[in-house]
Amino acid sequence: MLAANPYLISLQGVEVSYPKNGNGDSGRSVILNNVRLNIRAGEFLSLVGPTGCGKSTILRLILGAQFPTRGQVLVDGQPVSGVDRDRGVVFQRYSLFPHLTVVENIAYGPLLERTSMPQRLLYTPAYRRIRRESLAEAREYLVRIGLNPWDGDKFPYELSGGMQQRVAIAQALMMQPKILLMDEPFGALDHNTRLAMQLLILDQWEDYRMTIIFVTHDLEEACYVGTRVIGLSQYWSDDEGKPGVGAVIVTDLPTPGGHPKPTAIRATAEFNALLEQVRHDALDPANRQRLQQFNLFHQDALKPEPLSAAKVSEAKEGTDA
Amino acid sequence: MRSFFRTDAQPSGVATWLLSILLFGLLIGAYLAGSYYRHQENPQDKVMPTVSEMLDGLKRAAFEPDRNGDLRLWIDTLASARRFGIAIGVVLLAIPLGVGMGLFPYVEAVFYRFIVFFDKIPALSVLPILFIIFGLDELSKIALIVIGVFPTVALEAHLRAKSIPREQIHKAQTLGASEPEIAYRIVMPQIFPKMLETIRLNLKAAMLLLIAGESLAATVGLGYRIFVVRRYVAMDIIIPYVLWMTGLLFLTDWFIQWVIRRRYVWVDK
Repeated sequence: MLAANPYLISLQGVEVSYPKNGNGDSGRSVILNNVRLNIRAGEFLSLVGPTGCGKSTILRLILGAQFPTRGQVLVDGQPVSGVDRDRGVVFQRYSLFPHLTVVENIAYGPLLERTSMPQRLLYTPAYRRIRRESLAEAREYLVRIGLNPWDGDKFPYELSGGMQQRVAIAQALMMQPKILLMDEPFGALDHNTRLAMQLLILDQWEDYRMTIIFVTHDLEEACYVGTRVIGLSQYWSDDEGKPGVGAVIVTDLPTPGGHPKPTAIRATAEFNALLEQVRHDALDPANRQRLQQFNLFHQDALKPEPLSAAKVSEAKEGTDA
Repeated sequence: MRSFFRTDAQPSGVATWLLSILLFGLLIGAYLAGSYYRHQENPQDKVMPTVSEMLDGLKRAAFEPDRNGDLRLWIDTLASARRFGIAIGVVLLAIPLGVGMGLFPYVEAVFYRFIVFFDKIPALSVLPILFIIFGLDELSKIALIVIGVFPTVALEAHLRAKSIPREQIHKAQTLGASEPEIAYRIVMPQIFPKMLETIRLNLKAAMLLLIAGESLAATVGLGYRIFVVRRYVAMDIIIPYVLWMTGLLFLTDWFIQWVIRRRYVWVDK
């Protein structure tokens, strides 16, 4: 990359597919079909789509937990080679370590950074001191995420779902990652808690301005928290009207209102029109738009160039997924 | 009778206690009756000693030095405990091995089938081989327990490590944890209380193998003693020894349960 690359994350022709049988003779099952996506630093990107379309797969690709069968995932111009500190993640469940207290969970990343393996193994006085300081720091952080300092010594099992997710977010943010990946983080929470958590994550975003990729089922949530809404869907057809294989980005829209938005915006007509639009485009199985009809109005949106089923099944060099 | 088989029955504390000792009472009662009648016919009967005879035998073993000046009960207990303790210590190594197998596919490839093979070998059948290779003293007896219990613990740790959700592992990686760090500071501490449970459940098998080894080739030990005095039909030693061993197993079992409850409050919640 010689010219300055404005995009922090770039999905270039990303395909994720699996052989249908072990031998690959009967073709491949396609999850993501030649997905192209550019994301700038500091964006709050909401990713929506029907169940099982591949939203979590995209997240895992950016995380480095999964690799595309074709194409590239670039972060800062470099291909993603594995999971590391640059990217933080908050899952819907299993986010915390059950055998550690809240402060130990939150301080885990920083403590790893500040101490070395021999120090930890030998339990040196230096390690003990750094640990004490890190735990104290974590305890102070609790207030910022809406917990009490004395909650710090509890184990995850003693916390409600909402409190656990707060701790999980804090645990990820302590590492000050450039990119925060959130996979339906509030899906298991009740409505009111979810609203509070949306405000929490917007607060944190305001403070840190990291890039957030936020996968959710909840359209209203997606359009409210995000600066940009992307709809990934397998309900589309190609230029000739044949049903498409795999999922592509069918919708790429900026969201109205300033950032972060006032909560009152949820009641406005403009907001609800956006919701309906995205719902119709991405989530409605009966609506299989043709490629030209996709609403790709965001400034960074790319026109998709999905492959046909035959092209996907073409023999590839290298190992199968 | 119908109320006996109600699933929603709630027996009172007293009733439960009484019913619990019912079968014990029957067994002890039958024994005492049998012992009494045998002693009526033959006061020297050794097959079913009376309670006072058994207490006597226990006192002798515990407090009266034998030919070599040792107190039998305690040196036997000590010898057996030593073998048992060393074996369990070695078995604990199965936990990090199992975790390694569960998390690292290369490690699994090397060890898995090998351990499964040893898991299927009936441990006792290996004993003659152990005696031939290692002789008749401590090593073969400890090795027997290890061969019997190590594979079970390793395979259990392997399964549990595999079933740690991938999300946790990825989370740890985003926090900067290296692979060994993940294995031994995140996965292993989580499954350790479950491994303690597994070891607790395998105490019985370990004890079995210990007694088998001792019964065949030893000069001291709880298993050795009960088999050696069999020739003299010394039931007044054997029965107290059996009860003593059962009691020790109970204590160890309770101790492990207590440790898990106290130190690992978070498990299974």
